[in-house]
Amino acid sequence: MPSKKTQIQKQLVAYSFIAPNFIGFAVFTLVPIVFAVALAFLHWDGSNPITWAGLSNFTDLLDDDQFKAALKNTIVYTLGTVPLTLISSLFLAVVLNQGVKGRNFFRTVSFFPYVASLVAVAAVWNMIFNPSKGPVNLFLYKLGFENVPGWAADKHWAMITIILFSVWKYMGYYMIIYLAGLQGINPELYEAANLDGTNAWQRFIYVTVPQLRPATFFVMVMLTIQCFKVYDIVYMVTQGGPGTATLVLVYDIYNKAFVSWNLGSASAVAMVLFFLVLTVTLIQFRGEKNMR
Amino acid sequence: MQITSKQTKTNTVILYALLFFCALIMLVPFAWMLSASVKLDKDVFGFPIKWIPDDIRWENYQEIWTTIPLLQFIKNTAKLTIIVTFLQLLTSSFAAYAFAKLQFKGRNLLFLGYIATIAMPWHVYMVPQFIMMRYFHLNNTHLSIIFLQAFSAFGVFLMKQFYEGVPDELCEAARIDGMNEYRIWAQIMLPLSKPALSTLTIFTFVNTWNDFLGPLLYLTKMELKTVQIGLRMFISQYSSEYGLIMAASVVSLIPVIIVFLALQKFFVQGVATAGLKG
Repeated sequence: MPSKKTQIQKQLVAYSFIAPNFIGFAVFTLVPIVFAVALAFLHWDGSNPITWAGLSNFTDLLDDDQFKAALKNTIVYTLGTVPLTLISSLFLAVVLNQGVKGRNFFRTVSFFPYVASLVAVAAVWNMIFNPSKGPVNLFLYKLGFENVPGWAADKHWAMITIILFSVWKYMGYYMIIYLAGLQGINPELYEAANLDGTNAWQRFIYVTVPQLRPATFFVMVMLTIQCFKVYDIVYMVTQGGPGTATLVLVYDIYNKAFVSWNLGSASAVAMVLFFLVLTVTLIQFRGEKNMR
Repeated sequence: MQITSKQTKTNTVILYALLFFCALIMLVPFAWMLSASVKLDKDVFGFPIKWIPDDIRWENYQEIWTTIPLLQFIKNTAKLTIIVTFLQLLTSSFAAYAFAKLQFKGRNLLFLGYIATIAMPWHVYMVPQFIMMRYFHLNNTHLSIIFLQAFSAFGVFLMKQFYEGVPDELCEAARIDGMNEYRIWAQIMLPLSKPALSTLTIFTFVNTWNDFLGPLLYLTKMELKTVQIGLRMFISQYSSEYGLIMAASVVSLIPVIIVFLALQKFFVQGVATAGLKG
């Protein structure tokens, strides 16, 4: 029977393990989160006295064109990026999983866009897709197209440009998840399908796709959350423009907080963002339960 | 029989053609970056693309160091990245050991604190966090970025998952041998957790090195800036110095690419396990 003193000592040892991380985490993450929730119900410009706002920060959003554009654009961006990234990463993974030579090389290469810093690759992307002198448009001219897209400079093409860039940047990452999923599929399933005389496409549709359901579900959730939080890409490719064509939620938070110093309103938008992410996370939770 | 072998042959050709095409899409922007980085500004655009210019301008790689304080930016970023990664590894594995292997009051509650925030985007609380840092006079210090990045729920979570896979008997045996908990952590757990530590190293390194919005908010003084915001500033100020922009971009990519290539085996494993566990 351990004495009370050693019991207390044991607890203290445990707390000493937790403390360095937890204190930092509590001060710089937990406290700001609580603060963020409170701010959504207050008026504050960061220096003058704080006043109570009730729900007005939220009701004001209903008439806020910037917010409405940002919410719409975030959803459009998500609806465009998620399926495209999903399909391209799945495609890449299936191709790479065919026992090809140089597999490691290709895998490493497709990961480059993901690890490369956004500022650098966005700079290249902006030059390659430069509407008047970039190689992409010059190529399109050569092919005989006359109305070449204005890409980031055109309000109809700006969002498409950002979506294409995101797919290029992130597909390598999700490919890895799919590759791991593919390796988990029992080879006997393919052998059985082979005996039934199926072709490659049928095997893909009736064996690979259903077997990859958990991986697909995970990729979808991660991608959706990532799309809701998009900021850097937009900042570097279009700065939210032209007009409000690519203004997204985090951009709106940034503008409301650090340009107009309307902290309550910024926090209200942040709560909307949180609500979106929370919904998707809860769906993931339930989905995972159902799959087991 | 012959037909099938012919079929497999065409299939293989198509397969490699597809792969080659994918690799091309992935690599062309990087090749273009390298090529443009040794060109005169007036030669950067031009079609058909001249991949290797007649007159290779290595001078671009000399000029970037004097046009912008690139070396200072790199030093700042390297300092931040190393400190953050070190603190992240140390404090996460330390906390994770207690969560995985020790019994104490409030264990579940404290861990719930981490779990609850793992899905919370930083952008949701970046505004109050900024106000708080400003109140502590931490804006325009490197400490702000360190505090911002060093204590993540992700790190604790990842390490705890790994430690739970280590048999309890190992720790019990060490305790009977008279080792205290700190020595068990240092001499048994740490050496065992190399794969998890490598994964965390890469994620933290890449995240901190490439972080943009954090430094953009907190570091406005020139001498404090990181590569990312420094480079971005350069791009918006000298938007037509294409050759220089590309040379600076190439330089900014080198450290991450090196770390990635050195540790990629662990990275792939890490992404895969994090993915499958969900």
